[in-house]
Amino acid sequence: MSPTASKSLNPLSPKERIKIPRQPMPEQPPDVRNKNFNEVNLGYSEELARQEARRCLECAKPTCTENCPVGVDVTAFVELIVAGDFLGAAAKIREANVLPAITGRVCPQEDHCEGKCLLAKKVKPLGIGYLERFVADYEQRRGTHVLPKVPPTGKKVAVVGSGPSGLTVAGDLIQKGHKVRVFEALHELGGVLVYGIPEFRLPKQIIREQLDYMREMGVEFETDVVVGRTVTIDELMNEEAYDAVYIGTGAGLPQFMGIPGEHLNGVYSANEFLTRINLMKAYRFPEYDEPMLDLHGKDVAVIGGGNTALDAIRSALRLGAKKAYVIYRRSDAEMPARAEEVHHAKEEGIDFQMLTAPVEFLSNGKGWLTGARCVRMELGEPDASGRRRPVPIKGSEFDLPLSVAVMAIGTMANPIVQSTTPGLGTDKRGYIMADSEKQRTTRKGVFAGGDIVTGAATVILAMGAGRRAAASIHEYLTTGVW
Amino acid sequence: MFKIIKAEFIAPGIKRFVLEAPRIARKQKPGQFVILRIYEEGERIPVTIESSDPARGTISIVVQSVGKTTQMLNSFNSGDCISDVVGPLGKPSEIEKFGTVVVVGGGVGTAMAYPSAVAFKKIGNRVISIVGARNKELIIFEQEMRAVSDELLITTDDGSYAKKGFVTDELRQLIESGRQIDLVLAVGPIVMMKAVAELTRKYNIHTVVSLNPIMIDGTGMCGGCRVLIDGKSQFACVDGPEFDAHKVNFEVLVQRNAMYREQEQRSLAEYQRSKAAPSSVNAEHEACAGAPGGTR
Ligand SMILES: Cc1cc2nc3c(=O)[nH]c(=O)nc-3n(C[C@H](O)[C@H](O)[C@H](O)COP(=O)(O)OP(=O)(O)OC[C@H]3O[C@@H](n4cnc5c(N)ncnc54)[C@H](O)[C@@H]3O)c2cc1C
Ligand SMILES: Cc1cc2nc3c(=O)[nH]c(=O)nc-3n(C[C@H](O)[C@H](O)[C@H](O)COP(=O)(O)OP(=O)(O)OC[C@H]3O[C@@H](n4cnc5c(N)ncnc54)[C@H](O)[C@@H]3O)c2cc1C
Ligand code: SF4
Ligand code: SF4
Ligand code: FES
Repeated sequence: MSPTASKSLNPLSPKERIKIPRQPMPEQPPDVRNKNFNEVNLGYSEELARQEARRCLECAKPTCTENCPVGVDVTAFVELIVAGDFLGAAAKIREANVLPAITGRVCPQEDHCEGKCLLAKKVKPLGIGYLERFVADYEQRRGTHVLPKVPPTGKKVAVVGSGPSGLTVAGDLIQKGHKVRVFEALHELGGVLVYGIPEFRLPKQIIREQLDYMREMGVEFETDVVVGRTVTIDELMNEEAYDAVYIGTGAGLPQFMGIPGEHLNGVYSANEFLTRINLMKAYRFPEYDEPMLDLHGKDVAVIGGGNTALDAIRSALRLGAKKAYVIYRRSDAEMPARAEEVHHAKEEGIDFQMLTAPVEFLSNGKGWLTGARCVRMELGEPDASGRRRPVPIKGSEFDLPLSVAVMAIGTMANPIVQSTTPGLGTDKRGYIMADSEKQRTTRKGVFAGGDIVTGAATVILAMGAGRRAAASIHEYLTTGVW
Repeated sequence: MFKIIKAEFIAPGIKRFVLEAPRIARKQKPGQFVILRIYEEGERIPVTIESSDPARGTISIVVQSVGKTTQMLNSFNSGDCISDVVGPLGKPSEIEKFGTVVVVGGGVGTAMAYPSAVAFKKIGNRVISIVGARNKELIIFEQEMRAVSDELLITTDDGSYAKKGFVTDELRQLIESGRQIDLVLAVGPIVMMKAVAELTRKYNIHTVVSLNPIMIDGTGMCGGCRVLIDGKSQFACVDGPEFDAHKVNFEVLVQRNAMYREQEQRSLAEYQRSKAAPSSVNAEHEACAGAPGGTR
């Protein structure tokens, strides 16, 4: 694990490198950004990027790469940044990761690449996500994508779902010469990237550009198709002559707690809340028709501690909420959200009510929410997830006045495809079974990956599954061997 | 882009559209609906499929003007385009040979109940239909319902046509006359469905209603369409829209449907003030000749 600075394009010694502080990400000030939907992070300048890149120790056995789900060659791309070859750096990342502008922004880097960066033992880890984002944005502004020229194979692949997983499969297979058509249930492409993650974290323009590029490469998209309802997998294969199908339908079914008062006006699932705001652009009502309860001056809480919860509550704040709470039943340490989002949310003035859970929603007697009865928790023995189980503290109940409550306690598998595809194996919880090596399901010619196989996970894991699936679909189409 | 092949008013404020939607036409079953987004800035609204023609690749819908979206849609004509039509959604009606089925349709609900009435008849049920509306002009689908019903009863609230009164008056008489009724299907305004449910509950007659909560995606993703059935939340778009009438909590449905009243009124007022269709609507209609269906 010894640093190898020998033939490096980086002239600095390891000691000098460690001395450079982690370059801060320029961002909108908290009290400005909490009132708009523009991106919080503004991105590195060329100078900041090169300075940050110089910190990398270029480890001989880079644990950063080992810990990236798709194995981005960090030392190589970072060295190219040091040398000022930003397009080269982008090309290097693209070998392993086709959506760097997205992963650079939304990967939980602290759990992956940066979490195992050698620098982190002494100082702060290298800003790998920031650098990845920088080169991707640079490429987008300056670069011209080279369209790959490949002879058509005559094979057809249907991709179900246009989330990061499905898009990765489509992007990889079109470059192998297969005909690819993506079917999407909603009227917009992108999955959670467009209907879930808000503009202030992931500008939709980035996804639009990616989609344009894919269209140029020849990927066909058909929206407004709920596979299982509008057309079944069997019909796609038998009547529309698709040689293989990839299912990347995500884990989009919202969960509720089953506590009294969840039907009250003012109680939303995070999916509905974020879909209204992001997909339907209710934040621009009445220019857009989809309505949203007026949050100006209102008290709003989200229940949950993941990215979804933070996206919902930070959106509420931007829509004028007076008080914005996160109600989470465990403690800070267990929060599954990206570290940067927790940090940003705190700066923006979100009130974190940790070790707290609602037990009932209160109403005005006319069907409208007025508050949540909550109970404080303490952490007991570890549960199945290995995290310490929260236990209610007797007599700690208190009422929190609220106009809107958003449930962000997790999602499950949507059964539509599974229930209409005979022979497609699912696990106990309803997720599609696929082998982890080739993403093959129990149906010949049908592959699956992303959240619909693993349960709600991350963008990069969904993309990683898409990568593996594309490789094995290609193998299946060329060899015929299942 | 989904092209409107035919559009005609069948009553004041009620328009019937034939849309080009080949995929949906092939799969539609009675009781199912589509979700429409009529233009770029539009909201998504659910509308029942009244009939479909798989050979021609078309579906028909019947739309009543109530707010901005339905008023704007009802200003569209044949040759115009709708941005998005997705479906068929929801569980189809349970069509079995029950014996005698009473189909109750209130207002535009008659068009929504019609495909199920057709199916009930076809499978060998005796179908008695009760069709009601506020007045004579608003009675729709009279000929169609007559053609598939063994008996057709009509009521108008104001007595301007057929019997004066409510559909429930006719239903009560029918029940009290001692006729065997094996199933009642009621589709219409919530007050009507609730009244039917209360009536048949007393006589223990199995009754199904088609619920109309506010929806967005129609695939079980948002949970906005949840209705309280037997004290438990269910998603009307995937678990319904038809439910056992005696288990439905109608108060919660009424309350949830009123959630955006203020915003809806504002939308409608602004639309009526300007009236000119947004530029994206015109662009849409012009682009119609382009890529069909959901090709993007
Ligand atoms: C609000 C929110 C914030 C998040 N933040 C982060 C983050 O910061 N970092 C991170 O790494 N991860 C984050 N995640 C998780 C991440 O977005 C998901 O793990 C990832 O999107 C999964 O990708 P996927 O392709 O499997 O599915 P999805 O992105 O869910 O896409 C599935 C697509 O399939 C479509 N579909 C579903 N059923 C059908 C059907 N029957 N027919 C046709 N189409 C269908 C859906 O409409 C959708 O477009 C977040 C998730 C949410 C909800
Ligand atoms: C399964 C189902 C099938 C339906 N079938 C038909 C049909 O065949 N013909 C027909 O004319 N109408 C039908 N409706 C009702 C139709 O969807 C509403 O009339 C329409 O959404 C009103 O939109 P608006 O903008 O014109 O009115 P708004 O002013 O927005 O709303 C008027 C009322 O309509 C309801 N509504 C508003 N938005 C929605 C929404 N997104 N989803 C559902 N309801 C909403 C609310 O109760 C609201 O108070 C159906 C509804 C459902 C749920
Ligand atoms: S893809 Fe994600 S985990 Fe991998 S290097 Fe990039 S930011 Fe890190
Ligand atoms: S990013 Fe960190 S772990 Fe990776 S090579 Fe550089 S210093 Fe080593
Ligand atoms: S409309 Fe979204 S879950 Fe039913």
